[in-house]
Amino acid sequence: MSIVLETRNLTKAFFGITAVNNVSIHVNEGEILGLIGQNGAGKSTLMNLVGGVVQPDDGTMLYMGKPYTPRGPADATRERIAFIHQELNLFTNLTIAENVFIEGFPTVGRGPFRLIDRGAVKKLTQQVLAAVGLDLSPDMPVDRMSPGERQLVEIAKALYLDASLIILDEPTTSLTNRETEKLFEIMRQLRAQGKALVYISHILTDVLAISDQIAVMRDGQLMTQEPASAFDINRMISLMVGRSIENLYPPRTSQPQADSLLELRGICAAGIVEDVNLTVRKGEVVGLFGLMGSGRTELARMLYGLDSYERGDIVVKGQPVKRASSRASIRNNVAFVTENRREEGLLMNINIADNIALVSLPNFANPVTQVINKNEMLSSAGQVANLLQLKSGNIALQPAKALSGGNQQKVVVAKWLLSKPSIFIMDEPTRGIDVGAKYEIYGIIDQLAAAGSGVLFISSELEELMGMCDRILVMSRGEMFGEFQRSEFSQEAILRAAFREGGNGNHHGQRSNGQ
Amino acid sequence: MNLGALRAAVGGSGRRISISQLLLNNSTIILFIVVLLVFGLSSNNFLTLESMTNIVKQASFTGIIAVGMTFVLLTAGIDLSVGSNMYLSSVVAGLLMRQTGMDVLPALFVALIVGTLYGAFNAFCVVKLKIVPFMVTLATLVIGRGIGTALTDSKQVDFPERMLHFGQSPILGIPMPIVVFAIVIVAAYIVLTRTPLGRQIYAVGNDVEVAKKAGINTDRVIAFVYIFSGFCAALAGFILISQIGRLDRSFGEGREFDAIAAAVLGGTSLFGGVGNVAGTVLGALLMQLVQYGLQFHNVNLYIQPMVRGAIIFIAVFFDSLREANLSKLKRRFIRPLET
Repeated sequence: MSIVLETRNLTKAFFGITAVNNVSIHVNEGEILGLIGQNGAGKSTLMNLVGGVVQPDDGTMLYMGKPYTPRGPADATRERIAFIHQELNLFTNLTIAENVFIEGFPTVGRGPFRLIDRGAVKKLTQQVLAAVGLDLSPDMPVDRMSPGERQLVEIAKALYLDASLIILDEPTTSLTNRETEKLFEIMRQLRAQGKALVYISHILTDVLAISDQIAVMRDGQLMTQEPASAFDINRMISLMVGRSIENLYPPRTSQPQADSLLELRGICAAGIVEDVNLTVRKGEVVGLFGLMGSGRTELARMLYGLDSYERGDIVVKGQPVKRASSRASIRNNVAFVTENRREEGLLMNINIADNIALVSLPNFANPVTQVINKNEMLSSAGQVANLLQLKSGNIALQPAKALSGGNQQKVVVAKWLLSKPSIFIMDEPTRGIDVGAKYEIYGIIDQLAAAGSGVLFISSELEELMGMCDRILVMSRGEMFGEFQRSEFSQEAILRAAFREGGNGNHHGQRSNGQ
Repeated sequence: MNLGALRAAVGGSGRRISISQLLLNNSTIILFIVVLLVFGLSSNNFLTLESMTNIVKQASFTGIIAVGMTFVLLTAGIDLSVGSNMYLSSVVAGLLMRQTGMDVLPALFVALIVGTLYGAFNAFCVVKLKIVPFMVTLATLVIGRGIGTALTDSKQVDFPERMLHFGQSPILGIPMPIVVFAIVIVAAYIVLTRTPLGRQIYAVGNDVEVAKKAGINTDRVIAFVYIFSGFCAALAGFILISQIGRLDRSFGEGREFDAIAAAVLGGTSLFGGVGNVAGTVLGALLMQLVQYGLQFHNVNLYIQPMVRGAIIFIAVFFDSLREANLSKLKRRFIRPLET
């Protein structure tokens, strides 16, 4: 079995922080290398070096036994290395076929009169789409596709390249379970065809199940690379964090109080949610569980005022909200940590401190002149950043886009923490971030509740909800389908409700079931 | 709630959306037809072949520039220097014709070279010096006109008689500007829709970072659009002079805004990635139709600019309505509407 790619002592630093430090890994033909590590451990940077997106400060790479020094992504493409990034890289204004071929269209004619060979494009696209099991027209514009379908188009692109090495950087974060299964099946097929794959993921059970080799990174360094059989989940975690995590969840230190902070009464929006009622009390952490597409995020957006609803009332601290808007929500001290931090949560080109201070800017302004007290703002932002153990350079200089995914998520949380909200809506706050950072986020949730805030915690990971919440509500197809007190928590019962296998006698579920 | 009533309400509103959607999607063409009908019905001799030919001919100058501008706008750039480019490239050609007795076609060739180099300088500043397109082309707008007035001592340049002869000889019975306009339209349409370069222009406009990651030579793509825009500006300038036979120091001033307005009327986004040649042509025709119609009906000279501005406003307003409507339609539905 030959080695497809080998890195030797690769080193790369950004803004004075060493992201990749002296890393040597290898990927074999016909194997999947699982690459794991905490956020900011250097996984994505390592793969960006391989993909030619950034260039190493030191070290070498061997590809197919020959020295390999990509100066740009085009070099990697030419060597048939396909890189599927964490954030999808498709052109939403073009069709599937155009996205597959954008780097090099088959053409007819010669010289300056070369035209795209539309017939060939269509045929080849149909072939690669069939190979990934996507039943869509090649002429479908990408902006009309779901995230899962877009991910498969990225894979189809790699197939068309006939890539020898395929790098997948957290490909499953936006996929449904069925789509994830499909992706794994395709990955296994590719492995059987002798391709080399690198699979980066935070879902350790997936990595363990699909990888032949596993490499673990911590703080920019390679801890070890060994056959997957040498690992179990505990060993993976302890290598990643440098200690074994005994308690995945911090103990809850507060009890819900009687006053209700947030109430939804009969919220309806045709085609999205139907007659939703919920209450969040002072000091309470309420979990909102549901499968993908159950309407959790849509509900959160309505209640924060980003999307409209047709009927029903939102009551904040006993006061009905007349016209929900994000400004009104901020005035009411409602905070919203979005699911999609990259597109909705952060100003990517702006420095970290300004991102953190964004919502609370009025608090730093002189009441008369409205001039911002920059020092006070920086020190407050710095305090919150420290509290969350943000891993960054100078927060007044470094732009948010220079941070790793998990640290970006911390910036979103920091932004809202600074505004001292009394109601915290968190939509998948731990998605795509590592075990250590998750624990920190859980700690923050508990502290918020202990300080008298109410938290609405939306997640697809039932275990973390059961670990952190006082109460769990289950949504299914836009309706509330079950409600569980902490004493009633049972994975099976909650999942049954999410799959509409009858809730736990909750009247909403019964009524909308037509009984 | 009564289920039947709910279903009727939902079904009814569903149909309304689709009709309003249809109207909004074609708002510019509908506006065009409405304006045409208004002018046509208020005078018997407006809807004549002569009028229509005149409108298309007059629209072709701004139209050619607007097609070039569409390329630039598709990459989320802008070219403010096209008016000065028209002026400078024609000045150079005109002086050569007068002083060396150069023939019309070689002079056209010279004008196109000057315009292309002008565009190439813009491209160099944008791509290599990495200056914002707005500032680059604002600077070259001033510089270009400055060079032109220096060359002419800001005097009017009269072209030889053969220039008018060239401009006023129809090709196959069709006025020459219309023929040139048609060639530009067809070539631009083919480039944008049928060539790799064209599709890469859309890709760059959608997300330049992603385009770089996908291995597209974004510098080359961006350079091309400014060079092409310069070429189109010079072409339009020369053709326009072949109709009037002379140029003065204000020649081409403000054309950049007509060109941008035409492209935006035709649905081109200033943020890149959205737009097409057909829309831009329609936009240029609509603007010319309004101007011609107002003159035809002897509307008060002071009111004319207000009407033209209002039409632009209405068209762009429809466009933003359509965008809002589209984003509403893109909302993910997670439960069936009718149960």
